Amino acid sequence: MSERTIDTVAAATPEKVARKIRGLSDRAIAWLFVGPTIFLLLAINIFPLIWTIQLSFTNYKANRVGREVKNIGLRNYERILTDSDIWLNMQATAHFLFWTIFFQVLIGFTLAWLINKKFKGNDLWTTVIVLPMMLSPAVVGNFWKFLYQPQIGLFNYIVSFFTGAEPSSFEMLGQVNLAPWSIVIVDTWMWTPFVMLICLAGLRSIPDYIYEAAEIDRASKLRQFFTITIPMVLPFLMLAVLFRGIENFKMFDLVVQLTGGGPGSTTELTSINLKREAFEKWRTGYASAYAIILFVTVFGLASIYVKALNKVKER
Amino acid sequence: MSSFSVTETSARAKWISGTLVILYALITMIPLVWIMLTGFKSPADSISYPPKVVFEPTLEGYVNLFTTRTRQTQEYLEANPPQNWADEIVRQYDMVIVGPSKFGQRFMNSVIIGFGSTFLSIFLGTLAAYAFSRFRIPLADDLLFFILSTRMMPPIAVAIPIFLMFRNLGLSDTHLGMILLYTAVNISLAVWLLKGFIDEIPREYEEAALIDGYTRFQAFYKVVLPQAATGIASTAIFCLIFAWNEYAFAVLLTSATAQTAPPFIPTIIGIGGLDWPAVAAGATIFLLPVMVFTILLRKHLLRGITFGAVRK
Repeated sequence: MSERTIDTVAAATPEKVARKIRGLSDRAIAWLFVGPTIFLLLAINIFPLIWTIQLSFTNYKANRVGREVKNIGLRNYERILTDSDIWLNMQATAHFLFWTIFFQVLIGFTLAWLINKKFKGNDLWTTVIVLPMMLSPAVVGNFWKFLYQPQIGLFNYIVSFFTGAEPSSFEMLGQVNLAPWSIVIVDTWMWTPFVMLICLAGLRSIPDYIYEAAEIDRASKLRQFFTITIPMVLPFLMLAVLFRGIENFKMFDLVVQLTGGGPGSTTELTSINLKREAFEKWRTGYASAYAIILFVTVFGLASIYVKALNKVKER
Repeated sequence: MSSFSVTETSARAKWISGTLVILYALITMIPLVWIMLTGFKSPADSISYPPKVVFEPTLEGYVNLFTTRTRQTQEYLEANPPQNWADEIVRQYDMVIVGPSKFGQRFMNSVIIGFGSTFLSIFLGTLAAYAFSRFRIPLADDLLFFILSTRMMPPIAVAIPIFLMFRNLGLSDTHLGMILLYTAVNISLAVWLLKGFIDEIPREYEEAALIDGYTRFQAFYKVVLPQAATGIASTAIFCLIFAWNEYAFAVLLTSATAQTAPPFIPTIIGIGGLDWPAVAAGATIFLLPVMVFTILLRKHLLRGITFGAVRK
């Protein structure tokens, strides 16, 4: 009887009021909540990407609005892939990627391992170490330029203090053989903490009982390190490398402020080169093709890497 | 007192590791301390050799950072005595202050764009994260991966069409344009982080609220939001720091009205080249809020960094 009353009331209630009481359906809310985010990403990420692909087949120049735009097929791609200068930029990028990741993993893991000994005040000192990675890379690059000044810079002074070399005898930013290392040093200074934090999360995820079991089995500390610590942290470490790899492949702000790609083009990483083509030479179509090639490279390398990472995780 | 544990580190190992970590921390701080010191040096002291650790502090760098100055004739200077301490500093070089520099305005742009885009990312990100966490959305995993993969694009690669798009829509060099752009960049991370935080809130709370006659909306903002507050706060800090630090888009898409501080600071020019104390002063003012934030909110921030990375 009572159910009937409810049904009658429900049927008699106008749709508008009913909605107010019941609220929107879950489904409607879901789309209402997700919609704006998807829309924004489509408008500012995906649409531009598709436009870039379209532009990459043309000879469009963004600084000449009236000019006729011609479809030139794959000519841009052909020119880029056969350009020897671009291979030099790729090599500079590879050098930068390899050495920054090498040093950051080495120092970052060591620091995490030391911090995990849980000495007194370790969380405060962790915070101090983390500071550089929170700062603006452009501003950081700019003031490292000051530290690297040959006559007056603090970096040269400290190096000469410890090695006895004349502080004006070398120029970190001006010499072809030193400039690639100058950017590796700053990037390592800035981003080692990131690798350290991820490693620390990995170390803290290892349950104590595993070590206790190893201890009962009389495994030596060294053996424990190589058979427990390293394998268990490895997935975390690989993740850190993935993030640093992607970030450093995109590297622009820090290096552009530090060296501007110079001397010559020794530190001209691909994204700096890309910026030159797109916004200084205004070869929009050509630069678009370049951007697509870079994007496909990152995406391809990252996918292969993630597959390897998942294999390591499964073990 | 405590029970013996084989995994407990010995006091000596703790002492050694502590010393090494502190040593690294101190070395890592040298460049930051140096830049702050340089802000209080006179131009001559800033470029002296050997580098001066002890020097007479002056606010010259800060005065130069905030003002524009011109050289004046001796007669003019004698006729117009200095009006305040800033004036007096500038008089050493036979100059007078003629007005404020652009730094204040650039700094304000950073504040407006930073907070604007953070608010928008958190607003949209929380809604999306809640939906992904609580509702069955078709292809949810694919959508989440799609949201994340947008972060892999080099900024310069996206910058070309965005430059053209903004030019056509009249958004170039506007606050609104930069806020939308930074929101689009930040939102992928925001959704990922927030989904993790909301996943941790038990569903039972909301279900109880729904039975009590709350609508979904009410349950969302009266039950879920307060529970997720710390997660939202730490995500907000990440978004704010990103927008605050961003350079590539800012340098390409803004110039006179909406330019933020990072592209501006390196261009501060003094007499005869870069005015390092002024640049250092600008860098200090710009970086200090982030450092203070990091230290005060370290618990949430450090958790957020690893959380965001490890979740995936």
